Amino acid sequence: MPGNSFLSVFAKSPLKPIEQHIDAVDACCQLLLPFFEAVLASDWPLAEQHLGEITRLEKQADSIKYELRMQLPSGLFMPVKRRDLLELLIQQDKLASQVKRLSTLVIHRKLSLPSPVHTAFKQFLLASVDSTNQAKVVVHELDSLLETGFKGREVSLVENMITELDKQEDKVHELEQIVLDQLQQHEVSMAAVDAVHSYKVVEQIGLLADTAEQVAMRLEIMLAE
Amino acid sequence: MDILTSYGLLLIIIAGVVGFLMAWGVGANDVANAMGTSVGSKALTIKQAILIAMVFEFAGAYLAGGEVTSTIRKGIIDSNYFVDVPELLVFGMISSLLAAGIWLAVASYKGWPVSTTHSIIGAIVGFAAVGVSTQSVEWGKVGGIVGSWVVTPAIAGVIAYLIFMTAQKLIFDTDKPFENARRYVPFYMGLAGFVMSLVTILKGLKHVGLNMSLAQAYSTSIAIAVVVAVIGRIAINRIKFDPDADKDTHFANVEKVFAILMVVTACCMAFAHGSNDVANAIGPLAAVVSVVSNGGEISAKAELAWWILPLGAIGIVAGLALFGQRVIKTIGDRITHLTPSRGFAAELAAATTVVLASGTGLPISTTQTLVGAVLGVGMARGIAALNLGVIRNIIVSWVVTLPAGAVLSIIFFYLLKFIFGA
Repeated sequence: MPGNSFLSVFAKSPLKPIEQHIDAVDACCQLLLPFFEAVLASDWPLAEQHLGEITRLEKQADSIKYELRMQLPSGLFMPVKRRDLLELLIQQDKLASQVKRLSTLVIHRKLSLPSPVHTAFKQFLLASVDSTNQAKVVVHELDSLLETGFKGREVSLVENMITELDKQEDKVHELEQIVLDQLQQHEVSMAAVDAVHSYKVVEQIGLLADTAEQVAMRLEIMLAE
Repeated sequence: MDILTSYGLLLIIIAGVVGFLMAWGVGANDVANAMGTSVGSKALTIKQAILIAMVFEFAGAYLAGGEVTSTIRKGIIDSNYFVDVPELLVFGMISSLLAAGIWLAVASYKGWPVSTTHSIIGAIVGFAAVGVSTQSVEWGKVGGIVGSWVVTPAIAGVIAYLIFMTAQKLIFDTDKPFENARRYVPFYMGLAGFVMSLVTILKGLKHVGLNMSLAQAYSTSIAIAVVVAVIGRIAINRIKFDPDADKDTHFANVEKVFAILMVVTACCMAFAHGSNDVANAIGPLAAVVSVVSNGGEISAKAELAWWILPLGAIGIVAGLALFGQRVIKTIGDRITHLTPSRGFAAELAAATTVVLASGTGLPISTTQTLVGAVLGVGMARGIAALNLGVIRNIIVSWVVTLPAGAVLSIIFFYLLKFIFGA
């Protein structure tokens, strides 16, 4: 009965693993908050510890990704295109690597930001991490989308969530601008390389929100079929 | 003719035993397909599935299996060709049973999917076309049957798609899915009961000796439908639901309501399967009995001996009771992500199609119809992932079954001719 029986017609759902993956990625992103707390307090041992956690979670996300790619052979008939699912996975994965790269960058040169900038910086960081959390919530709607056959109210609901995420991304870049302005004001009191380093870190935090929006866009593409 | 007078009883006994074994095989082999969706979506436990199958397969076979049995008994072969050599018809039918039964045993052992219907039809056409004459086969009728094998999965697919769409419109795509589920699911139950009853009463019960007028048929069916719906409503009201459901668990509660509905559709599926597949085992047996008991005369219009349908029904039940558990167990953990609402749409569509085919006397493959229905729900973007490769393998194996059954049947036919010195 195995292998070719009627019930083998039902293949393992790829949606659950995608949700598990975004969960791992989001956990990674959330760790940025305590990480930067430690960094801004110049508590480097604690920051290193958090970096270790981030790396561990990123590896976990990777293994989920590998497993998922293996169970997505080309002979599957799904309500969404295989290609769209893989693109979504790629974006989610990109988010995880960005987090890892950011945290490594910060630790390598022991980021130092002028204290007047800290408040604006924290607000900016929070907004960016929030956007990644919103992306996770959107991806979790895949279950409900399947229940409703990718039609109707659920689709409108998800599209609203995506629009909200768009607005959040705009807000992140507004806050980014504030941080950049403040940094510029304090540039002269910083070492040149420190200033460049700071600009780089701010840029990468902003990119997180961009990638989070890309994740949501992939979902919108799936709904557009 | 002499062969029949000397060996008539022996031949009937042989046919009876092989027919019973074939029915056993049908029960053991097909129960997984008929009840699999219900067990896989966790609407039923294995024990409950076997119990339901036992009761409803028997009912379907006995109450609604007559028309298809008639087709297999005398619809495929032109009786005129056997008027002078009735013993060949008897040998042929017994060989067909042996061939189909052995093919079924081998395939089950090796884990190949096999259609019991294709096996027996292939076997009968085989012995008649090769063993007797290509003109002894009613090719028109056979063509119609083969055509129905292509058409019925498509029909089931369309019906499943439509049923799923109505569930979406009425229940899932509303602002109160749970309340709407509780309101509308009893109607689906009633509908299932109505269709099964109506088709059975209009087409099947002649062989049990019951004859109703059209008005009586409709009113009885409606009455049964109402009873089923009421029982369903009561069962729904008894489930414990999570009142603080947010949207995610909200759908979980909706699925719980559909799980109750799946119990009803599982009964329908078992009933439909029994009605269509019992004929694979006892159709040939009925032919043998008819020829022998008429002293070698092949009558165009003969009734089914009273003990034939029950024999087949009991065989199916024995097969599924004894082997079904083992087979269904292998399914249990393998399905992920099949929810009752999808299972119900596919099952009801398949059961409706099969029962309609049984009513019109068409022997079709239950599994093929189920696959068609599942694809229909998949087209409506309702199922997470379907293995197209497996579907292709299933189709290939069914196509292979036709010549396989034919070849085996021809071998046995010549063997029997040799043994009985015809």
